[in-house]
Amino acid sequence: MRYEAPENIETAVKLLAGETGNARVLAGGTDLLVQLRLGHVEPDLVVDIKRIAGLQAITAEDGGFRIGAAVSGAQLGEHDGVRALWPGVVEAVGLIGSTQVQGRASIGGNLCNASPAADAVPALVAAGAVATIAGPDGRREVAVENFATGPGRTVLAAAEIVESILLPARAPGSSDAYLRFIPRSEMDIAVVGAGISLTMAGSGKCSGARVALGAVAERVLLVEEAGEALTGTNLDDRALSRMGDAVAAACRPIDDKRGTKVFRTKVARVLAIRAAKIALERAGRA
Amino acid sequence: MTASSENALKERQFKIVGTRPLRPDGIDKVTGRARFGADMTAPGMLIGKVLRSPHAHARIRGIDASKALALAGVKAVVTHADFSKVGADLDDVSCNVMARDKALYDGHAVAAVAAVSGAVAAKALRLIDVSYEILPHVTDVEAAMGADAPVLHEDMFTSGIRPKPDRASNVVHRHEFGHGDVAQGFEQADVVVERHFTTAATHQGYIEPHACLGSVGPDGQGELWCCTQGHFYVRNACAAMLGMDLSHLRVTASEIGGGFGGKTTVFIEPVALALSRKAGRPVKVVMSREEVFRASGPTSSTAMTVKIGATRDGRITAAEAELKFQGGAFAGSPVDLGAMTAFACYDLKNVKTVAYDVVANRPKQAAYRAPGAPMAAFAVEGVMDELAGKIGMDPIALRLKNAAEAGTQSSYGPKFGPIGFVETLVAAREHAHYSAPLGPHQGRGVASGFWFNFGGQTCVSLNLHADGSVALAVGTPDIGGSRASMGQMAAEELGIDYDKIHTIIADTSSLGYNDISEGSRVTFSTGLATIQAARDAITKLCGRAAQFWGIPEDAVVWEDGHARPAGANAGDFEPLSLAEIAATAAKTGGPIAGHCEISAEGAGVSFATHIVDAEVDPETGRAQILRYTVVQDAGKAIHPSYVEGQYQGGAVQGIGWALNEEYIYGDDGRLQNPSFLDYRIPVASDLPMIDTVIVEVPNPGHPYGVRGVGETSIVPPLAAVANAVSAAAGVRLTELPLSPPRVLEAIDGMAAEDEA
Repeated sequence: MRYEAPENIETAVKLLAGETGNARVLAGGTDLLVQLRLGHVEPDLVVDIKRIAGLQAITAEDGGFRIGAAVSGAQLGEHDGVRALWPGVVEAVGLIGSTQVQGRASIGGNLCNASPAADAVPALVAAGAVATIAGPDGRREVAVENFATGPGRTVLAAAEIVESILLPARAPGSSDAYLRFIPRSEMDIAVVGAGISLTMAGSGKCSGARVALGAVAERVLLVEEAGEALTGTNLDDRALSRMGDAVAAACRPIDDKRGTKVFRTKVARVLAIRAAKIALERAGRA
Repeated sequence: MTASSENALKERQFKIVGTRPLRPDGIDKVTGRARFGADMTAPGMLIGKVLRSPHAHARIRGIDASKALALAGVKAVVTHADFSKVGADLDDVSCNVMARDKALYDGHAVAAVAAVSGAVAAKALRLIDVSYEILPHVTDVEAAMGADAPVLHEDMFTSGIRPKPDRASNVVHRHEFGHGDVAQGFEQADVVVERHFTTAATHQGYIEPHACLGSVGPDGQGELWCCTQGHFYVRNACAAMLGMDLSHLRVTASEIGGGFGGKTTVFIEPVALALSRKAGRPVKVVMSREEVFRASGPTSSTAMTVKIGATRDGRITAAEAELKFQGGAFAGSPVDLGAMTAFACYDLKNVKTVAYDVVANRPKQAAYRAPGAPMAAFAVEGVMDELAGKIGMDPIALRLKNAAEAGTQSSYGPKFGPIGFVETLVAAREHAHYSAPLGPHQGRGVASGFWFNFGGQTCVSLNLHADGSVALAVGTPDIGGSRASMGQMAAEELGIDYDKIHTIIADTSSLGYNDISEGSRVTFSTGLATIQAARDAITKLCGRAAQFWGIPEDAVVWEDGHARPAGANAGDFEPLSLAEIAATAAKTGGPIAGHCEISAEGAGVSFATHIVDAEVDPETGRAQILRYTVVQDAGKAIHPSYVEGQYQGGAVQGIGWALNEEYIYGDDGRLQNPSFLDYRIPVASDLPMIDTVIVEVPNPGHPYGVRGVGETSIVPPLAAVANAVSAAAGVRLTELPLSPPRVLEAIDGMAAEDEA
């Protein structure tokens, strides 16, 4: 196994493009190193992207923030600007693993691992985040909700690397929230996750909302009907219930060791409603 | 024991026993200096790895290791053919260590490799060609008892029933315990509650995986370093499987990172030795976490029916239980212990328990703290809780009304001596926890439990050094702070400072046979032997002083760490300290040592009562433990901190068992969750501080009154938690674990019923 740690993205792309065997990108390593140790992957080349300029930086951009793909959960959690603008994204990323894992695990890695139960992803989807991808043919942008195509599968072509994720600017009266269900209180994988982002207009009515769900389908889902159910309402019980119905209708989970179809569907509805209330309360302060 | 001597035991003043000195292994453990199973290395050491069956049940047609042996760096491959034939007592253990004609569960060892590195060994495993004929399998206990179930052992005919069955089955044995006439008893009842319960198999969850380093030389002399609760047992089992003399195998117990009963047998130890003998080099084997889950010894999964009848004023007239435990692929589930303990808390005229030991395609169960008792208590104490509700009686009052006391004939046979069950109930009732207010969606549960505690073979040596310090060598691995407790008991007897005593776990060639650290026996048995060894040393110390003073030996007494002339000679000579006598030992007859070799009798049974508050989220079914209090009879707490630790640990493992822990098998018979991610033991943030109350009703069988404390604490929590969660959810829950999907289904099912 060859290990490379290039200092610019072009070299990283070239290294990946030139490898005929199995090549893997390493950021925090909290997924990859575990897979290596378990013998699930045996890469011929590992490209560490942490030394690439900008990949561990959080930069203000057009009222939002550009998050380098290798930014760790701890780094994001300590960034006052992101915490104020996108508290739901920060709380979602902060739920990944333990305190120790937070020091390494990256936002880009959580996206690229493409687990349907990834905690960061529903919050990023609700936020309307956009990933910038670098590859042999230059750069392209992909909305986060279109990034994963199935468990462990993404739109990344050979030798492509996620370089950064853009969290956009927010209108006044906007906020977000993320909740996940786990049987324990920490150190677990979401049985269901629900992220919601909304904007409350001066009239007290919701002028737009995005609802995303984790662990209820083969990939994280953006449920447009759920967001629409809130738009134009003041998030009264009837609106929340309609939103919950849209969430339940969108769920297509499996029965597995972590939960049943019935349970996941019921809890997705509960979490989405609870997350909406939190986001609403935060929006009142935003 | 007379009442006056019992009172003397209660009133005895101790100097060191009952205090809380630092444990001698503490600093090493927190600094990383302690050496656990995987921390030993040897020159020329190889790494051993085990090939395991991916099938739940399969005939092994053949094993071709030629490709593996041809791989550079591979030094040996072993299969069952490399082990000696053993006696009936070890036959199942040996067959579990290495499969013979059939693989009986997912994870069953079929071959092993020793190679120059772990990577080479792993590669070699993939080159071993095993030809399997896959057979139908069964993992559920009640399914395994079915007439059409695939039979694991063609020669297994249920014993304990008449007439003897004419066809093989998965039912090993039928046990029955009890007395009186239950049918008549139920006729006298005003209220009868009957429920069916199930529990999932759980793992002890020790953090340290099984690990060992074995070495057999060309002269046939062997050494083994391993993490175990009983290195003498390991020696005997390994020597038998390798056809060695017991004296040719010296086993040293490492520090142990948790056992809880799961390290009372052998898995990889005979394999490491067999590989070493074949390769001619030391071999280290360390299980992965996945191997620990798939192929060590979890506890039984169970199905149980309990029926209890009582009069309106709360007197139990009859109690009956039917217990079915699968113990994995071999005989020996602890269903008999479950049946014996089920109703042991109560004074019953009419009681009957019937128990079935069942085999299924799962790993061979191993002991787990109070084997069998927590599950039985879950069922019995659940019915007790429901019964209390039906007759409108406080659940502790119901238990007090029927509580076993000294002289009660126990449900499993013998009459109880002095016991402390009533004292735990009274202490629980008077605890502030029991009357604290509860909020919405919160519930309180109470449950009691019983465990026998054991004695057993024990051998201790106590060597006095010339500077007055003392080396105490015991043969029971320290799994809960026992080195500190032994040091305290020796110091108490000798009348010297605790710091002057250094306690070690001696290897199998340095002491006579010691039974395993199990059955809550160590503080009782090894403590008893330590006290007797100290007294033996004191006799010798007094003899040396008598010799020094020129007076008869029986004219010397031992007080406060000094020999003093007594009787006619009292006051004639200055007292001699232990250090003074030890300093001159070379001139007065040589080294001074105390010994004790016993089969300890007189273990004292113990009881506990737990109180739990839980809150249930009615929309998700998630239960949170808010408050937890353990009340348990210790007899006498030698080191109260470690007694409290045992109480807390048992409660926490019980909470995990009750809420989320379970072995999940797929339709293919493979274990779905062999990792701590999906096998959910509680994490710190899941738990409140576990409050403890130590009750002390002395055991007359021990000089200080010690009862065991390691196991009783895990008996009540399954029931106590289930009773609390049932109260919080508003629906009786009878299946463990109380995982959120199961609890939510019960809540929603009840809501649907209410609407209908």
